[in-house]
Amino acid sequence: MLLIECPWCGPRDESEFSYGGEAHIVRPPEPDRLTDEEWADYLFMRKNPRGRHLEQWCHAHGCRQWFNAERDTVTSEIVRIYRVE
Amino acid sequence: MKRYSVFALARNALRFGPGWPALWRSPDPKASYDAVIVGGGGHGLATACYLASEHGITNVAVLEKGWIGGGNTGRNTTIVRSNYLWDDAAALYEKSLQLFEGLSQALNFNVMFSQRGVFNLGHSVHEMRDIARRVNANRLNGIDGRLVGADELARLLPILNVSARGRYPVLGASFQPRGGVARHDAVAWGLARAADARGVDIIQNCEVTGIRRERGRVAGVETTRGYIRARKVGLVAAGHSSVLASMADVRLPIESHPLQALVSEPMKPVLDTVVMSNAVHAYISQSDKGELVVGAGIDSWNGYGQRGSFGTVEGALAAIVEMFPIFSRVRMLRHWAGIVDTTPDACPIIGETPVRGLFVNCGWGTGGFKATPGSGWVLAHTMATGEPHPLNAPFALNRFVTGRLVDEHGAAGVAH
Ligand SMILES: Cc1cc2nc3c(=O)[nH]c(=O)nc-3n(C[C@H](O)[C@H](O)[C@H](O)COP(=O)(O)OP(=O)(O)OC[C@H]3O[C@@H](n4cnc5c(N)ncnc54)[C@H](O)[C@@H]3O)c2cc1C
Ligand SMILES: [Zn+2]
Repeated sequence: MLLIECPWCGPRDESEFSYGGEAHIVRPPEPDRLTDEEWADYLFMRKNPRGRHLEQWCHAHGCRQWFNAERDTVTSEIVRIYRVE
Repeated sequence: MKRYSVFALARNALRFGPGWPALWRSPDPKASYDAVIVGGGGHGLATACYLASEHGITNVAVLEKGWIGGGNTGRNTTIVRSNYLWDDAAALYEKSLQLFEGLSQALNFNVMFSQRGVFNLGHSVHEMRDIARRVNANRLNGIDGRLVGADELARLLPILNVSARGRYPVLGASFQPRGGVARHDAVAWGLARAADARGVDIIQNCEVTGIRRERGRVAGVETTRGYIRARKVGLVAAGHSSVLASMADVRLPIESHPLQALVSEPMKPVLDTVVMSNAVHAYISQSDKGELVVGAGIDSWNGYGQRGSFGTVEGALAAIVEMFPIFSRVRMLRHWAGIVDTTPDACPIIGETPVRGLFVNCGWGTGGFKATPGSGWVLAHTMATGEPHPLNAPFALNRFVTGRLVDEHGAAGVAH
């Protein structure tokens, strides 16, 4: 079970959170100018690294805020928690 | 290859000696092969086996970083069925089920395929409508299946709690009589033995660390046991597919998650079929040794550690105990996780990548054991001929660009 430090509420059990997948994927400002490949890349393709992963979490059963985390996908160690800019 | 038969058994028994040869050789890798398969799970071994037996391509190596079958092949709950909703998926899984039906004979190796039937429970009126629709779709596709009401379920499965007051009331189920379970290790070993007998080199403890390309096509793979040249490379690495594809700058729509399972202490026969519930993320059968085999849903986060969170198994077991109160005091003996490769539409990705000669077979996620022979069958065809088999043509990587997804979340979901 992960222990996740919400930037607002402090350390809480994983079961209070929902996972939002890879962070820093920005919706293209003008989707109609993209090729189908670029649109597919935005929608579906993911880095899915073995090792450090920048990802989004939401404290769904707490303050309901979103934040980012850097987590090692092999050891599950959370290296860094940082706010969404 | 020494064939197994009742006579061989008798001969070896009387000789009291070590008459059984190793199931496969352990050769050193050659400098080059016609085709290299990365990943010695069931799918990779089946691909190599069919490349040799169906397409006459025998200068093939299977490279496995650990031991064969040590990935998801040896970690799954072994449920085999083909009652998927959409035509494309149903055809692919049905092909695989048919291959399973003849696999022990074809491999001369008992894979203990036991067609004890598979129930998929429904817990709400809405779910029952979806199940009825899926059963109808299956029958139109010539796949066996029928709808079972709660009364009949209570008769067929006397230990199932079908009371209307249950936390997860059971309203009915779909039943596929030809579904069942198989012995996962035997599938890997049988395929390895058959592939080896046809000349395939199975090379364990050989991790692929890089993929070399020349002018947009694959040239070979870097491994911990040296560089190996190959004009055709198949990546069949389940949870590690993104890692391997990135070595050739190929992006995949895959996320890797832990998926957990447990087995109990062995017990006398109590459950003679397979029961799954999509809604509560739990599925159960009893192995021939008598252990209850229980599977959970995936952990939500990406992970490669072959270990998930306790809350996930707790949820699955709570649901099992609710549905089968008789199991409330069973002790669990072992617990583990595999790394499953999930896709946005819960369907696999099989075919050539933008790098010529580089193929992927991945995205089977939580439910690819049942597809082991079928998956190898179609990838072998694709690698041998350069064209997809009709059964895997709908599952190309390109579907995420064209938008022609095959949404099998209903029938695949977490349950297999
Ligand atoms: C707990 C659990 C329960 C499941 N239950 C079911 C079920 O009931 N029914 C069902 O149909 N499916 C089920 N599945 C899914 C099923 O196990 C998989 O879809 C299927 O086994 C995948 O087979 P594979 O051969 O592709 O993968 P694997 O058996 O995982 O083989 C991939 C191999 O690639 C190797 N590899 C990875 N990276 C490298 C590298 N760089 N170099 C060399 N080798 C590498 C790995 O070591 C591994 O052995 C379950 C999975 C899990 C984890
Ligand atoms: Zn919070």
